[in-house]
Amino acid sequence: MLLEVNNLNRRFGGLQAVSDVNFSVHPGMIKAVIGPNGAGKTTLFNLISGALPPSSGAIHFKGLPIHGLPPFRIAERGMARTYQNIKLCPGMTALENVMIGRHCRSRAGFISGMLNLPWTRREEIAIREKSLELLALLDIADLAEVEATSLAFGQQRAVEFARALAMEPELLLLDEPAAGLNIYETAEVARLISTINQRGITVLLVEHDMSLVMDISHEIVVLSFGQKIAEGTPAEIQHNSEVIKIYLGEDDA
Amino acid sequence: MKRHLPLALLVLTAIGVQQLTHATGTAFYLTPLTMAAYYSLVIVGLCLLMGYAGQISLGHAGFFAIGGYLSAMLTTRDLTPYQDNPVLVLLDKLGCTVTGQDMFGGAVLHVHPWAAFACAILITIAVAYGIGIPVLKLKGHYLAMATLGFGIIVYRLVLASPLFGEADGISEVPAFPLFPGLAVSGGFESRVSNYYLAWGMVACAMWLLANLIHSRVGRALRAIHGAEDATNAMGVNTARYKLNTFVISAVLAAVAGIFLTHYNGGIGPSEAGIMKSVRYVAIVAIGGMANLWGALVMGSLLNIMSLRGMFGSYDDAVFGLILIVIMLFAPRGLLGLSLPQGLKRLLKRGE
Ligand SMILES: Nc1ncnc2c1ncn2[C@@H]1O[C@H](COP(=O)(O)OP(=O)(O)O)[C@@H](O)[C@H]1O
Ligand SMILES: [Mg+2]
Repeated sequence: MLLEVNNLNRRFGGLQAVSDVNFSVHPGMIKAVIGPNGAGKTTLFNLISGALPPSSGAIHFKGLPIHGLPPFRIAERGMARTYQNIKLCPGMTALENVMIGRHCRSRAGFISGMLNLPWTRREEIAIREKSLELLALLDIADLAEVEATSLAFGQQRAVEFARALAMEPELLLLDEPAAGLNIYETAEVARLISTINQRGITVLLVEHDMSLVMDISHEIVVLSFGQKIAEGTPAEIQHNSEVIKIYLGEDDA
Repeated sequence: MKRHLPLALLVLTAIGVQQLTHATGTAFYLTPLTMAAYYSLVIVGLCLLMGYAGQISLGHAGFFAIGGYLSAMLTTRDLTPYQDNPVLVLLDKLGCTVTGQDMFGGAVLHVHPWAAFACAILITIAVAYGIGIPVLKLKGHYLAMATLGFGIIVYRLVLASPLFGEADGISEVPAFPLFPGLAVSGGFESRVSNYYLAWGMVACAMWLLANLIHSRVGRALRAIHGAEDATNAMGVNTARYKLNTFVISAVLAAVAGIFLTHYNGGIGPSEAGIMKSVRYVAIVAIGGMANLWGALVMGSLLNIMSLRGMFGSYDDAVFGLILIVIMLFAPRGLLGLSLPQGLKRLLKRGE
């Protein structure tokens, strides 16, 4: 099991944003988390990636507990994420933003950086090449030298995606990767997720776009008001009466 | 290669200026030029912290003072009364002490400047970590206030402590013999060598810092500045990076304090004052924040003007004013401002 979430809870004051959630992610799969707005999906991602500490519960990644670890430690162990509201570094080019993703796969420190030692120069060249490769994979190689936050929305999503891939993660968390994209871009993102999954990266994604989720994911977890109300294959979820109720609204059901 | 061009320019300018003062018989300019070099050391270190790592410090005069005062105190205090103290005996055996004569010809015992230097730097590092670990958890105004508090504490300590000479500071600080043939001292005959020493140190610092900001670490620092959470999630130990940068800039300030104190032959409480810290921040701001060379150019020019007394008794007021004007009209620094645009902005505000 690559990721195991056990009895996970997170409260914000009186609000139970994530409530006793259990699920696991097998290596190699694409797993989706769906649910209405405010269901606790982003909070769940924040807990898994270490951005928030859980109120209680356990998270194991590659068999080791990661709850309570700071995000950078979890990243070092091979988990990468993107954000629902894109978080790129302003004042840095698209290429530099992707190069940040190589941080955990390189090692020049303060001293070697200050002395500009030959091996750090070689490392920098390797970081740059790998990052350019990823920009090319995402079809934005021509934007390498443009300031990342000045790019169009879809392009910013692509940069963030490339940055996460630069980390060469084993598990990639994608928080609404198609939000704000048009149908062509969404189809492109779906294709991309499948591609990187075939290259061996396990994907856990939150998504609103149902067709995208049903098309590409192997398994789906459904959250509502912080609780897991269903889990199964896309076909099972499509026919789950609870899920249908939530998605169509109780009044119309 | 691009990185080495400004460095070459710096070296050439330093040589050119010295030759010019030599040719025109204005070698007295070398003294403010040398002092300005040491202040520039503080400023480029602060520029790394503020401009690149995005962490403000309103207490850097405190680190300058820790370096300068410790070195001054250790190299001037007569240790003869403690001669039998085992610690002193050990220091003596290690060659960390020097004997001399006081003005009446009596024997006195001091800590060797190199030992004092090592001690001052170690204490600076310890203080910088001690202050930095809790304080760098804060952001924005809170960080500014906390570092300001640190600066005030150092200022009041040196002002209140007889060990540091209270309001008079410490004078008669001896020369610092770096190695045979070169000593940090304000003596007339060593004016040229000290000028080159000071600017050589600035050039070294610029080389190291310019390398750093173009490295993996520099990229991570700039990323922290822009999006700290995301940078942490990318595998950067953001707390450690901010802390290390804080310590590096503190050490640069302390080194400047030590060298300038030996050059001037003394140090006074004004060096630890809040206005000094504000001045350093103002200069980093006018240089363009994330612009090492801008900070160096602005720092040298303004400090030389200030040391030559061009601002008269309004010295501190000038730097306060600079800070306000820069924040209002040119937050990207004077060098990052195109003049017509700046004027347009000015006029628009006037409307
Ligand atoms: N940092 C926070 N502080 C307080 N409440 C929060 C915080 N983050 C999320 N919440 C609340 O938790 C609930 C779940 O939010 P979120 O995880 O963003 O939902 P989703 O991503 O499924 O739309 C919402 O009611 C939201 O207002
Ligand atoms: Mg969300």
